[in-house]
Amino acid sequence: MNEPVVRIRNLTLALPKGSDRPHAVEDLSLDLMPGKILCVVGESGSGKSMSAYALTGLLPRALKPVGGQILFEGRDLLTLEERGWRALRGRRIAMVFQEPMTALNPVMRIGDQIAEMFEAHGLLTPAERRNRAVALAIEVGLPDPGQIVRAYPHQLSGGQRQRAMIAMALALEPSILVADEPTTALDVTTQAQILKLIRDLQRRRGMSVLFITHDFGVVADIADHVAVLQRGRLVEQGIAETVLQHPQHPYTQALLAAVPSLVPPARASRADAPLALSAIGLTKTYATRGGLFGKPRVVAAVKEVGFEVRRGETLGLVGESGSGKSTTARLAIRLIEPDRGTVRLGSLDYTALAPRALRDERRRIQMIFQDPFASLNPRRTVEQIITAGPIAHGTPRREARARARELLDLVGLSASAAERYPNAFSGGQRQRIGIARALAMEPDVLVADEAVSALDVSVQAQVLDLLEDLKQRLNLAMLFITHDLRVAAKICDRIAVMHRGAIVEMRPTTDLFRQPDHAYTRSLLAAVPGLQAARP
Amino acid sequence: MLRFMIQRSLVALAVAVTVSVASFMLLHLSGDLATAIAGPEATSVQVEAIRVQYGLNQPLLAQFFAWGAKAIRLDFGNSFYFRESVIDLLAARLPITLFLGVVALAVALFVAIPLGVLAAVRRDTWIDRAALSVSVLGQAMPSFWFGLTLIMIFSVNLRWLPVSGNTTWKHFVLPAIALGYYAMPAVMRLTRNGMLEVLASDYVRTARAKGLPPRKILIRHALRNAVIPVIALAAVQFGFMLGGSIVIEAVFSLQGLGQLAWESIARNDFPVVQAIVLVLAMIYIALTLAADLLNAFLDPRLRQ
Repeated sequence: MNEPVVRIRNLTLALPKGSDRPHAVEDLSLDLMPGKILCVVGESGSGKSMSAYALTGLLPRALKPVGGQILFEGRDLLTLEERGWRALRGRRIAMVFQEPMTALNPVMRIGDQIAEMFEAHGLLTPAERRNRAVALAIEVGLPDPGQIVRAYPHQLSGGQRQRAMIAMALALEPSILVADEPTTALDVTTQAQILKLIRDLQRRRGMSVLFITHDFGVVADIADHVAVLQRGRLVEQGIAETVLQHPQHPYTQALLAAVPSLVPPARASRADAPLALSAIGLTKTYATRGGLFGKPRVVAAVKEVGFEVRRGETLGLVGESGSGKSTTARLAIRLIEPDRGTVRLGSLDYTALAPRALRDERRRIQMIFQDPFASLNPRRTVEQIITAGPIAHGTPRREARARARELLDLVGLSASAAERYPNAFSGGQRQRIGIARALAMEPDVLVADEAVSALDVSVQAQVLDLLEDLKQRLNLAMLFITHDLRVAAKICDRIAVMHRGAIVEMRPTTDLFRQPDHAYTRSLLAAVPGLQAARP
Repeated sequence: MLRFMIQRSLVALAVAVTVSVASFMLLHLSGDLATAIAGPEATSVQVEAIRVQYGLNQPLLAQFFAWGAKAIRLDFGNSFYFRESVIDLLAARLPITLFLGVVALAVALFVAIPLGVLAAVRRDTWIDRAALSVSVLGQAMPSFWFGLTLIMIFSVNLRWLPVSGNTTWKHFVLPAIALGYYAMPAVMRLTRNGMLEVLASDYVRTARAKGLPPRKILIRHALRNAVIPVIALAAVQFGFMLGGSIVIEAVFSLQGLGQLAWESIARNDFPVVQAIVLVLAMIYIALTLAADLLNAFLDPRLRQ
């Protein structure tokens, strides 16, 4: 067997005093083999990103290596001075980040940012650098490379930006590429392309890749080796296939079990249940003002969208960013007004309600939001958050408080949570509070907008189970917006696939996954990471 | 870029027209001009004569167009007090105020930007705290008092620089420092906050991951982004300094526009006041336009 390119030995990174644990990473030993992709997997707070930053010397100042070694090309990187790191970074070890929009300088041309790699290490003449930038743009598959090097980051799509980042990282032919969740911010079809690009380039160049991810689907697609981190400790590592097929450690087993399967469970049709929510011909167009003398730009966000959701049924709205799914959700609860079309709650024409009547009826359709950190007011107690709605609708204070405690119990939190503030809770717990808040209004319809997207996979599974359970117990109708087909497979009775503002296909979940009709649905399904490993 | 420039210039032109209407109206809303010009002892016959002489018996719209047509040719009529043309007065006074403003702005920027950058880079060290103290002092201290203190130290005690007047460049050193110090704190703090934000940004991390030396990261990636809001602020500050230099001009006896404005208001010298208001407003508009164009040049996202 070959010698490892990088040997991380007993690495321990200290967290600042007062953190929830003493070490971000504890006693971590990893080997990165030449020409192989090592995926470091873990949930948020597992220390996976910090191990990547340690390898590039880009650790946040608050984090200090207090033990161990990182051996690379005969040196212990932890002993390097800043000057030594500079010579290494970009040249021998390059890095790609999660968020390609913010990782690129907004006021510098793409080509200049690529060419800067050479400049940083005093290589080539300015003209040669420019030519190399174009050549790299070609290699990473950027369209119209001669032109695109003159573009600014905001003029590129998310996938193109990530390609530009990769071009930059590859410029000096580093022997190691460190990729920190490089596809997490991307749409699923774009993610599939970027993963393929990284794998192709890695093979062509014989690089070693340290790939940080939270997504086992991505691991299945790209990894040669896997290391699983839990709260800063390595719990399992090995050949990717072995770990995925026969996980040894209970934590790995739990993580893998929490990944929703792409084979949806059989579900009884709710076709004869009473109608809870229907949308007819919803259309919403946005016109961006072009300034005092500019021409406005018109974007059709939602076009002639129609669907029905029955009591006890979950309808999924699935699509990529910009497909109009979130706009549809906001139209359904009348956060925004449609240009045309009608929303009905049961037999009530919800769209036609005057403001006063609308306020009374709003309680019937409630929303759960994506970001559990931003969607709860940090200066109000959980009880205040949950009771505000019912009290505004005339429920006596005492009764609302008692109900809030019942609801907390219902969503799996203790009644003592009522007195605390949101910052005392984890993301998953906050999402439960958000659900309790929505339920306090005793709605007929729940609209969940990417409600589990910000959560770790194990927490995600719990929240999905909770939603499923509540839906059945309270006979709710649910409109479930998600970009994640695995999540949709797990929770939806029927799925509507949205593409460019329109529903292209709407069918029962099992049918849709077994035999997608529309070409776009097929491409979405094909792009889901980890298809080879899609076992029940 | 060209489209943006044309659009932005048209907006500036629209603002300029609005301002000139407003400044014209302001004068006519402040009471009967003819009575004011004639003075308290004038008879009604004299007032009527003045009304005809200044065309104040014409319809308002006609007066505006007559005034506007002249104003475009920089003809603002004659000063009631000095009996000479307003434009000659302005020509004598404006350069002094402009020069003072430019030097003061230069002083403010040359101190504030490096200090802001340094405070951000050395955050929570004594440098940061010293920079904060300097800026708090600048905000808290009345500018006339600071001006007088400077005179006491450098002119009276050390005798390095003249006390007052505006004949040589030496006369401008102390007033420019006094006025610049007044503008400095806001610029310094905006630079510091901007730098802190940018230094924590992902693209600065990317720049570090490239192996760029700290100086290049600081200037090319960090300052280049952090300075964008500072430019807009500097333009506004410069406008304030031109209009607000009255106090400093009084302390140092500089015969600038501020002094003239102050005296003309006291003397009811309407043509002069009106011309000063208009000229300052136009300079302000030009400054904002220049700042916007400079920002668009620096930030491609603004050109859309």
